[in-house]
Amino acid sequence: MKQDAFVLSRWMEGTGPEADTVISSRVRIARNIEGIPFPYLASDEQTAAVLAQVSQTAAAQKEAFDDFVYHRMADLSHQAKQVLVEKHLISPFLAKESHNGGVLLRRDEAVSILINEEDHLRIQAILPGLQLEEAWQEANRYDDLLETGINYAFDERYGYLTACPTNVGTGLRASVMLHLPALIMTKQVNRLLGALSQVGLAVRGLYGEGTEIIGNLVQVSNQITLGLTEEEILRNLYGVTRQIIEQEQQARQALLNDSRQRITDRSWRALGLLHYARIMSSQEAMQLLSDVRLGYDLGLIDNIDRKLLNELLVIIRPATLQLLAGKELGAEDRDLERPLQIKKRLNRYVDKTES
Amino acid sequence: MICQECGQEQANVFITKIINGKKIELHLCERCAREKEELEFSFQPQFTLHNLFGGLLHENIRGSRDQIRIAKTQCPSCALTFAQFSQIGRLGCSDCFAAFGDKLQPLLRRIHGSARHTGKVPRRGQGAVLAKRELERLKEELHRAVQKEEFEEAARLRDQIRAMEKDLEQGGNEA
Ligand SMILES: [Zn+2]
Ligand SMILES: [Zn+2]
Repeated sequence: MKQDAFVLSRWMEGTGPEADTVISSRVRIARNIEGIPFPYLASDEQTAAVLAQVSQTAAAQKEAFDDFVYHRMADLSHQAKQVLVEKHLISPFLAKESHNGGVLLRRDEAVSILINEEDHLRIQAILPGLQLEEAWQEANRYDDLLETGINYAFDERYGYLTACPTNVGTGLRASVMLHLPALIMTKQVNRLLGALSQVGLAVRGLYGEGTEIIGNLVQVSNQITLGLTEEEILRNLYGVTRQIIEQEQQARQALLNDSRQRITDRSWRALGLLHYARIMSSQEAMQLLSDVRLGYDLGLIDNIDRKLLNELLVIIRPATLQLLAGKELGAEDRDLERPLQIKKRLNRYVDKTES
Repeated sequence: MICQECGQEQANVFITKIINGKKIELHLCERCAREKEELEFSFQPQFTLHNLFGGLLHENIRGSRDQIRIAKTQCPSCALTFAQFSQIGRLGCSDCFAAFGDKLQPLLRRIHGSARHTGKVPRRGQGAVLAKRELERLKEELHRAVQKEEFEEAARLRDQIRAMEKDLEQGGNEA
């Protein structure tokens, strides 16, 4: 990966099943190496030994790891690391707090293997749309490959052993990023999300002032990692996600029936603001992007695509914005730069619709 | 409302999480929220969970002399004590699981509703683990058959269990 260029990650493609409600599906599995303390208690030599074991194993599996690039956290600039965080490819923890931290990143950026994070290894796969099973297959494949050269810490009773007891067992955390504008607009979302806790799922939204979820984005993930098989965990999350999608679709249809004109107006206004505004916070941009996305998904706006909307979701974040600007920017300057970068990308679309 | 994290700034980021049926509300200022990376949909959804454990475990080990002894239990490999674990919410190494043994079980049950792994097994030693799982399944079936007074079925299961146990024992001797 060239550090000075922005490349799209696979999940941003906007493809995959249920892409009109599910932005991405992510799976990560936590693994540790037997005989080495977990990273936060490990010495420099020990975390270096983790790196060595992983790179030796990857080297021995040359064909499988051929399309991976390895980055040492220590070699990356703060900005480069934050860009990876904003693209959901590494965790903030790996970027900021790891010792001898590193990431093996597949060129399509669908798979990343985090080294010396909270656990020795975190194998992550992130795909566009509702593809939990596919993401699991990807991560599982690299788990098997790494196991050929690494002795995993495993206990018959507790499964894969992890630093945090919330990850022990399968070490599997699966999540979906959902766009739920209609459920949120019609205030059905709290009731729905409250019900999810009953089935061991965690819900996270981004809240601004008041109780509005910014950008109408919600992440749903499993909380339970022990006592269920990987298939059961994925099936639970998949089933619940399907139900949420169905309710969101019903709410969208109701919106369309009741207030088609208003929704259409709202989407086009949002597109206009994104295209012509000169000062914009990331919160405002997130909300506008959501309005445009809903318009697109309902067929009220054309000549735009999900790939662009996903790209915009990432480029409005601070580090990626600075990468594109080619210079460091304070918060106020970022609010000036943001609309410029958005406009640049929208130009071809908006011009097309005007002609 | 004041930020729960720094206790100084105005809280304008509200985060609701549901963890094991418990609703947790966080009120943070924007800076603390950013620091916590909550605005980034970060990987770790449970930054308060470590604190949550802390409280949970403290409750469990406060009080009697017996419980003070538990707090002093130490992992022979990494030297982490159970009391330290209960504060930071993280184990130090893979041997901690054996060292803290039954003290961990109630915690795991509370988090996961279970304390026994049923998922993927590494290829190394896979045969033995899977055989033991099968054995346990058969024993449960036997128990059920006996209760239902299906004695023929029970006899068949008992033979199967004996054969498997013998196999496992021999496998164990070879290793
Ligand atoms: Zn604060
Ligand atoms: Zn230990």
